[in-house]
Amino acid sequence: MPKWRMVIDLDKCTGCGSCMAACKMENNVQIVDSKEANEGGVLNWMDVITQYQGDYPNIEVNRVPKPCFQCDHPPCTKVCPVRATYLNPDGLVAQIYHRCIGCRYCMTACPYTSKVFNWHDPKWIDGPNKCFNPDVSVRMKGVVEKCSFCSHRLMKAKEDAAIEDRPILEGEYEPACVEICPTDAIYFGDAENKDSEVYELSKSYRATRVMEGLGLEPKVYYLAKRS
Amino acid sequence: MSEQKLNYESEPDAALFRPIYETGKGYYIVMGIFIAILLWAIFMYFNQIRFGLGVTGMNQTITWGFYIVNFVFFIGISHAGTLISAILRLSKAEWRRPITRMAEVITAIVLAIGGLHPILDLGRPDRMLYLIEAGRLQSPLLWDVTSITAYFTASTVYLFLPMIPDIARLRDQGGKLKWLYSFLSWGWTETEHQKKVLNKAINILMVMVIPIAISVHTVISYIFSMTLQPGWHSTIFGPYFVVGAIFSGIAALLIVMIAFRRVFHLENYLKEIHFKYLGTLLLIMSIVWFYFTFSEYLTGIFAAEPHEMHIIMYKFTGPFAIFFWGMVLCNFVIPVVILSIKRFKTITGVLIASFTVVIGMWLERLIIVVPSLANPRMDLPMGIYIPTITEWALLAGGLSAFILGYMIFAKIFPLISVWEIEEGRKQGLKEVEERIHSYLPGAQT
Repeated sequence: MPKWRMVIDLDKCTGCGSCMAACKMENNVQIVDSKEANEGGVLNWMDVITQYQGDYPNIEVNRVPKPCFQCDHPPCTKVCPVRATYLNPDGLVAQIYHRCIGCRYCMTACPYTSKVFNWHDPKWIDGPNKCFNPDVSVRMKGVVEKCSFCSHRLMKAKEDAAIEDRPILEGEYEPACVEICPTDAIYFGDAENKDSEVYELSKSYRATRVMEGLGLEPKVYYLAKRS
Repeated sequence: MSEQKLNYESEPDAALFRPIYETGKGYYIVMGIFIAILLWAIFMYFNQIRFGLGVTGMNQTITWGFYIVNFVFFIGISHAGTLISAILRLSKAEWRRPITRMAEVITAIVLAIGGLHPILDLGRPDRMLYLIEAGRLQSPLLWDVTSITAYFTASTVYLFLPMIPDIARLRDQGGKLKWLYSFLSWGWTETEHQKKVLNKAINILMVMVIPIAISVHTVISYIFSMTLQPGWHSTIFGPYFVVGAIFSGIAALLIVMIAFRRVFHLENYLKEIHFKYLGTLLLIMSIVWFYFTFSEYLTGIFAAEPHEMHIIMYKFTGPFAIFFWGMVLCNFVIPVVILSIKRFKTITGVLIASFTVVIGMWLERLIIVVPSLANPRMDLPMGIYIPTITEWALLAGGLSAFILGYMIFAKIFPLISVWEIEEGRKQGLKEVEERIHSYLPGAQT
């Protein structure tokens, strides 16, 4: 059973935001207007957050890509009253949009603030409404959604592998943000495979996970900036 | 409405029946106003269903707002009734007699309103039945559904049973709604056997209802304390919520008692002593509440875990400072000053203290829910929560529904238990005397 793992090298990341854009298009995430975005109604599965360190005038600004960390022990699935979010057999934290009652308990339970809510029905502008990804369902108002590690791509890779009766190859399944990254700052792969790049990198002295002390075992590792 | 002379006027407790048969113009005006507010709230709610929860002030990090605040608040108020009445009955406090029914009615009405609030909060209320169809009992939300339904069932039965003899009396008097009274009185004819069974049932229920009531607010606190969020993840939350619930419940009960005492001229039944005793209870709860609040914040401040500290400072000096210090003022400073100084502890004083406590407890719920969500553990921009008109409308609607429910109840059933007052006159006096004789050395006659 593969154990999917993502490693984000903050030294290579330029903070360009391509991953955010690719994610939006890949997953049919609704796009809100600027007024609503300013009121906190923005939906990002992959978010690039800005962190400030130090005091003026010696401020260091860091841009950090933040997908859902797909915890091995997710706190969000524990609290869901209807099993609309659960840890699926692939080890990913999945959402069932047609089951979700929209209580938003999982959002409050997530210490990483990874989940987003459809405050309105999506309003599609001309353009994106003509190029939905057919592999991902479009969500309606009132349900919670979040980064799925592009699990539809995993499904496809699994089917391809099953037809040819072989394991999934290295690099055969990767989320859209990994594929698009212009500086190859995001690595993705199977940590069960000890020769894989992600396994190597996650053992690096630069590797950390966010708030490891909470014991949620997130699947996303960050490689610290080389100073 | 029947115009014939009903024979209630000859009863010693005619004042308790009068509100049922005589309705003034003011009643309809007040009712009209609150129905209008309620209809406005219903309209706003349909608006919310149509356009999504985006019409509220809730946003990305602050995903819970007024609805959850009001939910906790209303359920808290509901502890007035059944819990207090059960404790008073259990401890055989004789002065309980005119209070218990009013308290129990608060529970039944407010619990129904409070229980609706999580549904108002749902993004997809149409899928509400999934909670039953596909509910996960591991989720604290399901514990809530379970305990609130249990509490609602127990407290309505507990309200209804002691009403049976009074309903039978209304049935025998004739007049309006005879079919309803005949149905609800369940063939009560006041035989010895019936009395015995009724007393037994009340006794069983009042013991049962106390753990259920405590479980309800404990479980509500679990919704918060089971998560990893700083400011919520605290073991003290269970008892802290229960204490707050009883505290706000007593205050709400006092407001209701003072209001009906004035409107229905019940001065002969609700005497100064009732307000004095309940006022003392309110004072004690205020001090207990302060003790819990103090413990909760001192442990946070002393250990000074950064995330925890962030939220505490948000409450102490940040955007929520006005609400936090307002809460301390309303829940502790004002009630303690009013209720511990004899000169201020009049009925007006108690009324003022009760109002501040109700406001203060609402603020407390706000302070628990919002700041923890506004300051997530992740280094994200701080969220701001400004409730919109929809949320205010639904708060006003909830309060109107409570007042309306109470007004309608008062027109159908007596607000003070008539048979229990009579029982007090006939047996209570003797019983108390015997009881005192039985345990006071040297008092045997």
